[in-house]
Amino acid sequence: MSEGIGARVTRKEDKRFITGKGKYTDDIRMENQAYAAFVRSPHAHATVKSIDASAAEAMDGVIEVLNGAQLTGDEIGNIICGWAITSKDGSPMNMGAWSALATEKVRYVGDAVAVVIAETQALARLAAEEVLVEYDELPAVAMADKALESGAPEIHDNAPGNLIYDWEIGEEAATDAALAGAAHITEMEITNNRLSPNPMEPRSAVATYDEAEDHYTLYTTSQNPHVARLVLSAFYNVAPEHKLRVIAPDVGGGFGSKIYIYPEEITCLWASMRTGRSVKWTSDRSEAFMTDAHGRDHISTAKMGFDADGKIVGFKVDTIANFGAYMSLFSSAVPTYLYATLLSGQYNITNIHCNVRAVYTNTVPVDAYRGAGRPEACYAIERMMETAAREMGMDPGELRRRNFIGEFPHETPVIMTYDAGDFDGNLDKALAAADVSGFAARKAEAAGRGKLRGIGYSCYIEACGIAPSAAVGSLGAGVGLWESAEVRVNPVGTIEVLTGSHSHGQGHETTFAQIVAERFSLPIDNVQIVHGDTDKVQFGMGTYGSRSGAVGMSAIVKAMDKVEAKVKKIAAHTLEASEDDIVIEGGEVKVAGTDKAMGWHEVGLAAYTSHNLPDGMEPGLKEGAFYDPTNFTFPAGAYICEVEVDPETGVTEIVQFTAADDFGTIINPMIVEGQVHGGVAQGIGQAMLEQVVYDDDAQLITGSYMDYCMPRADDVPFYTIEHNTTVCPGNPLGIKGCGEAGAIGAPPAVINAITDAIGTNDLQMPATPQAVWSALQSVQTKMAAE
Amino acid sequence: MYETKYHKSSSVEDAVAALAAAEEGKILSGGQTLIPTMKQHLAAPSDLVDLRGIDALKGVCMDGDTVVIGAATTHADVASNADVQAHIPGLAALANGIGDPAVRAMGTIGGSVANNDPAADYPSAVLALGATVVTDKREIAADDFFDGMFATALEEGEIITSIRFPKPSKAAYAKFPNPASRYAMVGVFVAETGGSARVAVTGAGADGVFRHDGLEAALSGDFSEDAAGGVSVSSDGMLSDMHASAEYRAHLVGVMAKRAVAAAG
Repeated sequence: MSEGIGARVTRKEDKRFITGKGKYTDDIRMENQAYAAFVRSPHAHATVKSIDASAAEAMDGVIEVLNGAQLTGDEIGNIICGWAITSKDGSPMNMGAWSALATEKVRYVGDAVAVVIAETQALARLAAEEVLVEYDELPAVAMADKALESGAPEIHDNAPGNLIYDWEIGEEAATDAALAGAAHITEMEITNNRLSPNPMEPRSAVATYDEAEDHYTLYTTSQNPHVARLVLSAFYNVAPEHKLRVIAPDVGGGFGSKIYIYPEEITCLWASMRTGRSVKWTSDRSEAFMTDAHGRDHISTAKMGFDADGKIVGFKVDTIANFGAYMSLFSSAVPTYLYATLLSGQYNITNIHCNVRAVYTNTVPVDAYRGAGRPEACYAIERMMETAAREMGMDPGELRRRNFIGEFPHETPVIMTYDAGDFDGNLDKALAAADVSGFAARKAEAAGRGKLRGIGYSCYIEACGIAPSAAVGSLGAGVGLWESAEVRVNPVGTIEVLTGSHSHGQGHETTFAQIVAERFSLPIDNVQIVHGDTDKVQFGMGTYGSRSGAVGMSAIVKAMDKVEAKVKKIAAHTLEASEDDIVIEGGEVKVAGTDKAMGWHEVGLAAYTSHNLPDGMEPGLKEGAFYDPTNFTFPAGAYICEVEVDPETGVTEIVQFTAADDFGTIINPMIVEGQVHGGVAQGIGQAMLEQVVYDDDAQLITGSYMDYCMPRADDVPFYTIEHNTTVCPGNPLGIKGCGEAGAIGAPPAVINAITDAIGTNDLQMPATPQAVWSALQSVQTKMAAE
Repeated sequence: MYETKYHKSSSVEDAVAALAAAEEGKILSGGQTLIPTMKQHLAAPSDLVDLRGIDALKGVCMDGDTVVIGAATTHADVASNADVQAHIPGLAALANGIGDPAVRAMGTIGGSVANNDPAADYPSAVLALGATVVTDKREIAADDFFDGMFATALEEGEIITSIRFPKPSKAAYAKFPNPASRYAMVGVFVAETGGSARVAVTGAGADGVFRHDGLEAALSGDFSEDAAGGVSVSSDGMLSDMHASAEYRAHLVGVMAKRAVAAAG
């Protein structure tokens, strides 16, 4: 059986994962290891009057208690946001100072003010409770719209009115004019609920300062160890890059939350230098709820205008985005270039305008979470489309078809250039697989059982393969978003691939090996993928934004191109043939059409013995490459959800979920299906279950799984998955990416189905039983009044 | 978790003595609430006195028409017990719906009833079935036992030894789980004995488990879904939180009562 591109190969990494042999950061045990426990603010907003650590420091086994004054005294830099957004009036964004350990003020519940370093974890935690911090409480605000109101408590001195930026994209006057002339207007208030990422493995760090070598090593739960090293060096002043090694070993899920560099990792590195000990910190689940960057949290008003034929004439959106208490690493880009640029959806729209205000609140920082901006855009568009179809009495599929973009490349008014797609084809496949023509009969049958059955569509598009460096640089990004790879062919012909992508659940050790196996006609067992260590891998920008296939694999392909060229030169020289006639197949390097051949391993041996290489050729067989994409990629698809609502209780059951995706080339269908399953499950979680809740004093209510509702196996259905592939023209393998699609496409499909079932469009996420029951009550009250 | 001293008792007398000697002792009988609470540093007992090793507290037996369940009997053992299934199948079904398999393998009926969590399942069965809570000192009627959230008639150091459930004509439990925790957001246990109905509600009341007079009146003499459905349940005294308003909980009490009656057959 082939193990190359398109093969359903089981995952190489699963043996160690499912037998409990994975090696995670918390499994690392250093000699001389001590433990950190953080003293965290119980208040959402307060000035820190004093910190008395004497009782804690007097405890046996406590090594040291460190605070923010000492941290800043040692010139550890503030945590920064790496993407500069400019307000529409030309002013720069208002980034408030974020010290890894708060100094004068705390700004959210969980903000760290001190750290205890002790001989054991239990002791560190006990001692942390003995650190007495005196606070002066200040009024606090958790909701972004409330934070913008006059008189709201101000969180950072340099952000008057809590406003970080007031940004826009598109032509407002033209959009207003188009809407004024519309035959039909659909208008909605749309909230995108705040989510907690909840990777299975909590964050962890083990930091070691080697005084003799003047060198730091950090094991950490990162999706991008090189970016972590870069930021720790360039901005946080922990150590220069050549004296800092960052290793992200096995990482148990990230969903975006492990992109960023958090206060705890910085503090562990610094504390290791201060104490001369290795310092380990591992988050518990309560800390994870309290400190891992949250996702989403938008409040929007949206207005879409149609002509008499159902063609969209204009789309206008006004969004308030909650950033929490500090600006996290990529926070500023999420509600701007990852959100508003996708507001054209799959539709040919001439006039779009979006205004975004980013706002500080006394909550956990908010940053990219699976989908990051694109779910918010997709949710707004796809709820508008379904609602508009209902208001205009049109079939929701037909309304979409009238507006689908059919020709590529297509430039949207919000600066994206879609390169390829088949939106009609996606919808055709979904409609057929979901047996939409049989829905009416199913609805009638459900009614006989007292259930309300509903159906909802979502036609999503996203921008992945992040991202062309020059383009994002011009938009304010502080880094380039290319990827790098090195392909090392050993003298025996086995191959190591060093990649800057990072696998934390994606299965790179398998899929990356598959593309090498395909190219060089080898078993995947002969290919080893090396990642996650700045001392091993040349460089990398990491894994997020569904970029590992489109960008990471492309870098590997570029390196393989170079290897192949050299292999052909060596073989041509040895076999006395022309390079152009050399082919690689069946584990051999051959002269096409002849029986002249070398084994693949013989070429490797020839390269390293260097006994008989072409004149001037360097020995060895190892090539590196950097790949910078020329455009985003645009995965797209059509999702159809069917639900049954119990009108007595408001309980919704998803009875059918169909996903028809266009991911471009698929390397391993099994892994891609797994990504769709997981993504859709997270989308269903957002639509029906999950929501971070703060009370009026900005205290976190959903601080555990007792209140934060994670999807369980019985909350999600079995999925029907279809693929409708158009190859991405922008990268060598034609890959678009699949990691985020489910989380982007699913929420509107679910809500559109529930609102269809209950007969009102007035429903926000999460559609909990209570929310659905309340919506049903208001429908009944309204009907009674009429 | 703070440091604590663990005692494994072999008899009720042992346990009583260990508790009396402890500075701030707590009974451990499955620990499905206590241990997580301790892990979060929200409880710090000096001593834990474990009852699950006491054979006399484990198992189910019949005393005439009364099902007697030892306090240290796990939920899983209650759920699978032939006598419970034969005489009060609604109670077996309730036990089989508590938490998940791991919780059912560890948690005990005595622990649950003594803790009187407002969202626990067992208190509704004890109350609706008119059970008797037997302790090392006395017998307490269900109606006198529950005393508001996490409060009971148990005195300091008093240990539940068994619970006596008189066999009803019909009984069943219907639970609406909290979507996040899967504890009862509303749970209604209905029981009919000799034409007289008792209805106990858990998860919904601001003061913990309670009997619902309106439902009992409607179901006594007419133990039917229609009778239950005709009762208007007031939201006064209902809990209200991010998962369910008092009004929604009140509504669900009516729905779960109907479903419990249907399940009782």
